[in-house]
Amino acid sequence: MLRWLIGGAREPQGLAESPLQTVGEEQTQNPYTELLVLKAHHDIVRFLVRLDAYRFASAGDDGIVVVWNAQTGEKLLELHGHTKKITAITTLPSIEACEEKNQLFLTASADRTVIVWDCNSGRQLQQVSCFQSTVKCLTVLQRLDVWLSGGNDLCVWNRNLDLLCKTSHLSDTGISALIEIPKNCVVAAVGRELIIFRLVAPVEGSLEWEIIEVKRLLEHRDNILSLVNIDDLSFVTGSHVGELIIWDSLDWTMQACERNFWDPSPQLDTQPEIKLCQKPNDTAIHHFTWDEENVFAAVGRGLYVYNLQTKRVIACQKTAHDSSILHVAKLPNRQLVSCSEDGSVRIWELREKQQLAAEPVPTGFFNMWGFGRVNKQACQPVKKQPENAISCALELIGDLIGHSSSVEMFLYFEDHGLVTCSADHLIILWKNGERESGLRSLKLFQKLEENGDLYRPV
Amino acid sequence: MISAPDVVAFTREAEYEEEPYSEPALPEEYSVPLFPFASQGANPWSKLSGAKFSRDFILISEFSEQVGPQPLLTIPNDTKVFGTFDLNYFSLRIMSVDYQASFVGHPPGSAYPKLNFVEDSKVVLGDSKEGAFAYVHHLTLYDLEARGFVRPFCMAYISADQHKIMQQFQELSAEFSKASECLKTGNRKAFAGELEKKLKDLDYTRTVLHTETEIQKKANDKGFYSSQAIEKANELASVEKSIIEHQDLLKQIRSYPHRKLKEADLCSGELEHTQGQACPAATTSTLEESVDTDLYSCRPAYTPKLIKAKSTKCFDKKLKTLEELCDTEYFTQTLTQLSHIEHMFRGDLCYLLTSQIDRALLKQQQITNFLFEDFVEVDDRVVEKPEPSLPKPSQDRLLSRSLEDCPIPQVFISVGSSYKSSVESVLIKMEQELGDEYKEAEVTALSSFDPQDNLDYLDMELKGSISSGESIEVLGTEKSAPLLTKSDSQGSLTVPLSPQVVRSKAVSHRTISEDSIEVLSTCPSEALIPDDFKASYPSAINEEEAYADDSEGAIHFQAGVSPQKLDKAKEGSLENLLPQADASCCIGKESHLLQVPLPAAAPSLCDEDSVVSIPPQRYQQKELGFHVDFTAEIVSSSPQDSGSEGLTAYELDPSHLLASRDASKTSLDNYSDTTSYVGSVASTSSDRTACSAPPTSSSDRHRKRAGQNALKFIRQYPFAHPAIYSLLSGRTLVVLGEEEAIVRKLVSALSIFVPNHSRSGKPVKHWVSCPLHITDFQKWKLIGLQRVASPAGTGTLHALSRYSRYTSILDLDNKTLRCPLYRGALVSRLADHRTQIKRGSTYYLHVRSMLTQLCAKAFLYTFCHHLHLPACDQEPEGLLAGRQGSFLRLSLGLVNEDLKVVQYLAELLKLHYTQEIPATGQPTLRFDYVPSFLYKI
Repeated sequence: MLRWLIGGAREPQGLAESPLQTVGEEQTQNPYTELLVLKAHHDIVRFLVRLDAYRFASAGDDGIVVVWNAQTGEKLLELHGHTKKITAITTLPSIEACEEKNQLFLTASADRTVIVWDCNSGRQLQQVSCFQSTVKCLTVLQRLDVWLSGGNDLCVWNRNLDLLCKTSHLSDTGISALIEIPKNCVVAAVGRELIIFRLVAPVEGSLEWEIIEVKRLLEHRDNILSLVNIDDLSFVTGSHVGELIIWDSLDWTMQACERNFWDPSPQLDTQPEIKLCQKPNDTAIHHFTWDEENVFAAVGRGLYVYNLQTKRVIACQKTAHDSSILHVAKLPNRQLVSCSEDGSVRIWELREKQQLAAEPVPTGFFNMWGFGRVNKQACQPVKKQPENAISCALELIGDLIGHSSSVEMFLYFEDHGLVTCSADHLIILWKNGERESGLRSLKLFQKLEENGDLYRPV
Repeated sequence: MISAPDVVAFTREAEYEEEPYSEPALPEEYSVPLFPFASQGANPWSKLSGAKFSRDFILISEFSEQVGPQPLLTIPNDTKVFGTFDLNYFSLRIMSVDYQASFVGHPPGSAYPKLNFVEDSKVVLGDSKEGAFAYVHHLTLYDLEARGFVRPFCMAYISADQHKIMQQFQELSAEFSKASECLKTGNRKAFAGELEKKLKDLDYTRTVLHTETEIQKKANDKGFYSSQAIEKANELASVEKSIIEHQDLLKQIRSYPHRKLKEADLCSGELEHTQGQACPAATTSTLEESVDTDLYSCRPAYTPKLIKAKSTKCFDKKLKTLEELCDTEYFTQTLTQLSHIEHMFRGDLCYLLTSQIDRALLKQQQITNFLFEDFVEVDDRVVEKPEPSLPKPSQDRLLSRSLEDCPIPQVFISVGSSYKSSVESVLIKMEQELGDEYKEAEVTALSSFDPQDNLDYLDMELKGSISSGESIEVLGTEKSAPLLTKSDSQGSLTVPLSPQVVRSKAVSHRTISEDSIEVLSTCPSEALIPDDFKASYPSAINEEEAYADDSEGAIHFQAGVSPQKLDKAKEGSLENLLPQADASCCIGKESHLLQVPLPAAAPSLCDEDSVVSIPPQRYQQKELGFHVDFTAEIVSSSPQDSGSEGLTAYELDPSHLLASRDASKTSLDNYSDTTSYVGSVASTSSDRTACSAPPTSSSDRHRKRAGQNALKFIRQYPFAHPAIYSLLSGRTLVVLGEEEAIVRKLVSALSIFVPNHSRSGKPVKHWVSCPLHITDFQKWKLIGLQRVASPAGTGTLHALSRYSRYTSILDLDNKTLRCPLYRGALVSRLADHRTQIKRGSTYYLHVRSMLTQLCAKAFLYTFCHHLHLPACDQEPEGLLAGRQGSFLRLSLGLVNEDLKVVQYLAELLKLHYTQEIPATGQPTLRFDYVPSFLYKI
């Protein structure tokens, strides 16, 4: 259509070389037929955190935290407290013993403070501002009822915001990711290193909390960008150059390593996409998600499915988006959702491949500007991998276009749909139109009944 | 006796024989489309009827005690309007049918002059020679220097169209009553001020005289009085008498607003229906009283003058002008109101009636009318506009005026209307004897309870209700018979408020109008001197308290009589209306003119068929005398409804009417509840005000142009149907073009197809030049977009292509349309390019009727319980969808994409209905993943 509009002006760059999979305008499996634009932020919205079944909080570079109702899109609270951009946000689950049922959450900001908020009242309960550096990650260890903040050093805090203990200065770049692993240990990603710390709770002998560095893992060749727990037994890390390593959580050994598939290795030399992959940014693993069988990795612009059993990539989508994928999540209904810097959100489905020797489809035939004609059938997934390695395929079943800039993150609500946040300062609530229509009908008849206008032929 | 249809028939018989509707065949020069004339609001038939004026106007005349009837001013004040029409002659005519029993002076049994608070009289008369018909509204203003303290005035709405006057009688009367009330309020103020000055003068004179007498007494100690001294003493005595007289007058004039106020409380049920200017503080009497006292006490210092003993009533002095008689601010306010009336009734009768029906019907579609109707808001604005523009000299006066003005007209109107409606049905061509018989018969028939037995009740009633007293007075004076004594009148007239009494009065009026002027209809001239008002002077101090008690007594009376009896009385009055109307049908040839829709018949207008089958009729007539009951019913049954929607009487169906009878059983407590409730509601009922104003000509023109351009679009573009489908199904249509004027024109033309999200306005953006954003599609459903040739414009186009799934794009420069396929049947009826409709306004109406039909379907679909909620808990989801689909297809007869239109409208209805506060947020953007096609010419 663009060609028709502009009159055959220039083609968008990169189209010729990158066969991006597209889905037609007819997306029968895409349930999101209603959207609501939520506007409250004045800068990039980077974080979304789910508070409970119907509320979520958003935070970003403007330092504001907004609490929303995911059903109605109503802005419930707007929390002002930080003066600079927010760098981390996490909920602080209430402990069983605790009487007060107030839902709390923590935000860390570039102004070197951490604030504890009550998300019912919107009150700022407590604030810590004794940090030496910006806190980049927050983790709550619910079992020990402490929370950790990671900046240039690692600090351990209790619920009352008392500093229990801290490590020495680790690095200037700071901790980029932090997860909890069994045996009171945490893994921190510092540059290209993984450092495992053990937390020692006060016992009879000593009343002091202690944090001890246990081990440093130096397998990655570049900065570690993502660090995710798969289950109690293993966690996975991804680096800037596309290394994926699965670690054992108990003995901290490498269980599996995949670096060949997106490394500029000779194995892929024959592929034309190699040139693209050589740019380090195109192989950076930004985010992981996982389920029982697979780890889904957002590698550059592509999506890869790594099977934990077979320890190999079973499906991939080299150019799933126009630019880097920032967040992926597996939905309960076998769907995979990815969002990217190109401003789109795509919904994928992992399907068993019908036949192994499917001939490649000239995907260049369909391009993203291909409207004006109807693409009756969705394009075939790109199958560039060696056939014996791939037994499944990621099929694009829908895309959500609404944001005009990079989509930073999204959040899935089972009952309310998908929430996306973006660098265009907006949050969009994507909803299932049919279900919403039914809900509205329900509400209508409820109101009719309240007003006593409902006629019942009894 | 000569009565109206008689004379009309006589003068215009030939015409009537040939053409029953009195409208001559369309002359050739008018057989072409009437654009130029219609746009100016001119009536092309007016010249043919022999009138010497070009269009309707309002004339204010006075019966001057010096020169007789004289015209004062016309509205519009433009000689072109009335042309060669002889205003002097017409003033003479209209002033000679003043039925106000303006009796002032010393009534027998009273030592002091009494002021009459004279009700206005409303008469319709015709002058076949001049070809003019007029609604004449007589009123009396007080002037201390005038004979009998009164100055008779009248305001006349003069039109060449007799039907118009007759059919719009109620509206005219209501509107003119507002104007008249405004004048009279100002006049009372001015009169009170005048009296105060006069009193000061008299006081001063008395002091002077007193000193002079004392001096004379001292100087003359011979023991006898000189003739001079006697003269002085007489003079002093007369001054004393004059002071008492004037004090009495002042008290009377001041007591007026309070009396009216009590009445307002009594009939505050009517207040809601007849409310002209919504005044939140209308019934806060305590506040008003305090303001009133302020109003009369805050007078500028005045230096008294010595008054000569000679009478001041002489012909050499100049009478006060109308503006002097009333306060200037009230006078200008009246003029504003009058020009509002002139605007309101401008145009052809047919147009007025249709738009009235239209509005009334729209009112009934409370739930769906927000979708496509836009003029509800327009009207609101039209009505509200004049209010702020009213002259408001000072802030404190504003308060006092708004408090004083508002409630009184309302009360007046409501009292009057209960008479009017019945009077209109009165047989004009009735012999006086017959009329009297009628009266006798009906009065006895109506008085189902024995007058003697219920004398006590009546006594209370008569004391309590001023209007009941009035009617008796009128009968007495109009018949030129010696005044009936109080007991007499009570004995003969047991049901003072019944229409029959009024009718008989009307008959009796005609006995004196035996000149060439044809009285077509009249309404009661309530010359009122309530019995209690004749109370002796000293007791007048306690008048207010007495009134308060009495009005309560009246309510007791109403509640006390067994409901069956009341029912009978009402039924009787209703039944009696029917034969009269029928009779009038046989006698008067314009049967439809005099036909009064009965209360039970009026609501049937909401039925589609009956709307078509009956000629345009007036709506509010069933409001007869049941206002209080209505309100009581409303309050007891559905307070939310009346509160939110400003329920008007015609929205009630007959069942309400019947049920309302039970309301008379309600105790006094209930009544007081009712009144207080209505008082609070009064402010919200401004909705009602809106409906009384016709759409402005500008919005009319706008619609006409929109219709014309839409028609052009449909003829010009073969792909108009998918474009309109996009609009109807809520898919944003972007009109892309380089030239702003062309784009704007098309956007406003297409906006008639855009459903509204709420009452706040159309989701239409006429012209944008920056790249569109997702929020724009959520907010706007029709966008005019500038095509920029420069590289900057590609951003716009990129955005457009990015969001292409949310939009349909109509490219005006390349004449292409990119939008989803449409295969339904609905739009082809809505926008048929081979349509025979040629005029824009006609097409606009066609579209509106089609869309109303569509709304009805959407309404049905939305509010069908079983379509949206599962019949049982375990019902599978697919079943529900299947039910919806089959309902839409089979019951509503929709095909293919038409379903989506109705579904979209249903979503809007749901949202609108469930929203607590209208227009809180943007509705969600709904879209479908459907392929688009490119259409080219």
